[in-house]
Amino acid sequence: MSNVLTVLHELWHLFVDDGAFAAAIVIWPALIWFARAQIGLSGGWAPVVLFAGLICILVASAVAGARPARS
Amino acid sequence: MTSVWAHAGPSMLAAFLASLVEFVEALTVVLAVGTVRGWRGALTGTGLALVTLLLLVVVLGPALTRIPLDMVQLGVGLLLLLFGMRWLRKAILRAAGVIPLHDEDAIYARETRGFRDGGGRAAAWDPVAVGAAYKITMVEGIEVVFIVIAVGAGGHTMLVAAGIGAVAALAVVVFLGILLRRPVAMIPENALKFGVGVLLCAFGTFWIGEGMQLAWPGQDLALAGLVVGYLAGAFAAVALCANRAASPMTRSTQ
Repeated sequence: MSNVLTVLHELWHLFVDDGAFAAAIVIWPALIWFARAQIGLSGGWAPVVLFAGLICILVASAVAGARPARS
Repeated sequence: MTSVWAHAGPSMLAAFLASLVEFVEALTVVLAVGTVRGWRGALTGTGLALVTLLLLVVVLGPALTRIPLDMVQLGVGLLLLLFGMRWLRKAILRAAGVIPLHDEDAIYARETRGFRDGGGRAAAWDPVAVGAAYKITMVEGIEVVFIVIAVGAGGHTMLVAAGIGAVAALAVVVFLGILLRRPVAMIPENALKFGVGVLLCAFGTFWIGEGMQLAWPGQDLALAGLVVGYLAGAFAAVALCANRAASPMTRSTQ
């Protein structure tokens, strides 16, 4: 039973180990979806905006991870 | 034929490299179990886990074909992005020297010590050995199954290509394991994880776009553009992180 729980725990941590980082990755495509449907974001620009946002999330999260913890 | 390889080649490469990393990690623990507790338990645990994984693929595979392709691409793309970004972020921090590199020799030494401290082994059936080998093969194997399904989400050809890539990685690692009888520490694991992270992020972003029915510039060629873009972003992040890690404020707090 503990082996099964360990596998399930590992499965969750395959995708999520930093809640804010994971939330940003999920929310950004959802915002693009919403913007296309509601604001009429151009079909040509949408993929570029999707990628640009995701790369910004990655770089910002990595740089934040390299910041020293305040004691 | 060229068109088929243009689609299948990146899937096979991504699945091969990602699976190689996972199988190397599993091999380290299975070797430690086999060396200390005996090969019968280590191979039984590994075999049981491989059967469980095969059942998982047989049950889940056909179920996925019943879901509309754009929904599969969106869901798998999102999971792939969560998985790939997490990997790439860690590889960036390792490349920048913020967190230590993965050391298979050190892990092998720690696991071996742990199994020796765990007490004497049973004569015929060693539940500690079977359990440990089962657990590590399942944990790393589930990642491989997910990667194969995810990078092969574009259709049957890509799924077959990803499967071939994973099986080839397994063959390479088993061959090296039998040949060396010690952890495969010479593979530059962080460089591999960095490259695979970039590929997985590119695939994840592409599938999400496909699932949302976005018009990628250059259609399938956009995948190559995404790889270049993520690579450039990741290198920039390494430089920024290394700079931050070396700053006087960082050093004063360490």
